[in-house]
Amino acid sequence: MARAVVNVPGTVRRGEVFEIRTLVQHAMETGFRRTQLGEAIPRDIIRQFVCTYNGAEIFRAEFHPAISANPLLAFSTIATESGTIAFTWTGDRGFSLTESARITVV
Amino acid sequence: MSARRLGWPLSALAAACVILVCARGAPAAEIPPGERRSGYEFMSRETRAMQDDDFANPGTLWVLDGEALWNRKDGAVQRACADCHGDARASMRGVAARHPAWDAAAGRPVNLEQRINACRTGRQQAAPLAYEGKDLLALTAYVARQSRGMAIAVAGDSRTRPFLDAGRETFTRRQGQLNLACTQCHDEQWGKKLAGTTIPQAHPTGYPIYRLEWQGLGSLQRRLRNCMIGMRAEPYAYGAPEFVDLELYLMWRARGMALETPAVRP
Repeated sequence: MARAVVNVPGTVRRGEVFEIRTLVQHAMETGFRRTQLGEAIPRDIIRQFVCTYNGAEIFRAEFHPAISANPLLAFSTIATESGTIAFTWTGDRGFSLTESARITVV
Repeated sequence: MSARRLGWPLSALAAACVILVCARGAPAAEIPPGERRSGYEFMSRETRAMQDDDFANPGTLWVLDGEALWNRKDGAVQRACADCHGDARASMRGVAARHPAWDAAAGRPVNLEQRINACRTGRQQAAPLAYEGKDLLALTAYVARQSRGMAIAVAGDSRTRPFLDAGRETFTRRQGQLNLACTQCHDEQWGKKLAGTTIPQAHPTGYPIYRLEWQGLGSLQRRLRNCMIGMRAEPYAYGAPEFVDLELYLMWRARGMALETPAVRP
């Protein structure tokens, strides 16, 4: 069971730029490594991350094998209205994880 | 060129080395309390920031997993850790700071992982968790997190003293193909560079740690195995009494220093 931690400020003033940070648990196996017996370890990484703000996409990232395990993403957006910020990570082997946070704009 | 001519300078060099080693006299004394430094202080600003911020510290993920395990009913009696110990934030406060601790049943000191597994097999009647497995690391990290900021205070009393001395003996004994003792780097050469990295003082202040090199969380014994393999010695098995004695000595050596679990290290 994978786990994600998201950090979104609870209350922001309208028009203010605020930072969102996400940390997700994932081994990010590159696909380039081999076991001690020489067998290739298949790639198992997160391929895509999407963040939506009240349904509208505000940030998207593509992941590649060189990204570390348990990747941390930080990005910013402008506070427009109160609502929900939703996060989705999808990846190899059917990996899918969603998380959401409430935000109040005053 | 004769072998004898080559042999002379070599034996002279060997003799000089013997004199040098003798001149050094007794092994280096323990680092005085005022000069003790956590591995944290040798880290880059970025890595420190990563440890200090719970939302950037990947160890948080294991702590949260550990919290879920703490509240999960398990074993033949279907009992969770929380059913006996209640809120870990109160009941587990300070526990990690005094481990390895004396265990009457075992007749020797046990580390935190062994204590957790003793509780699992004895009270929960569940299978012990695998050493270095995800679940044991998570539970250990969650328990140790409750002692963050507290001073390390392992007991150095009459019962634990023989084990502590055995740990010190391991720390100061030359071993492996490189014929090195832990003390030669960590008491005598700390702060200097070994290849590109700074040699720390080897205070186990933040275990289990998230080590960037590992890309994951690991126990003190995993770290000790790394050092032993580095000096080409054969590492002890996980949970071996020699390792627990060494853990006890290292924690005693770091007495009074603050716990940082889950720490981040490069």
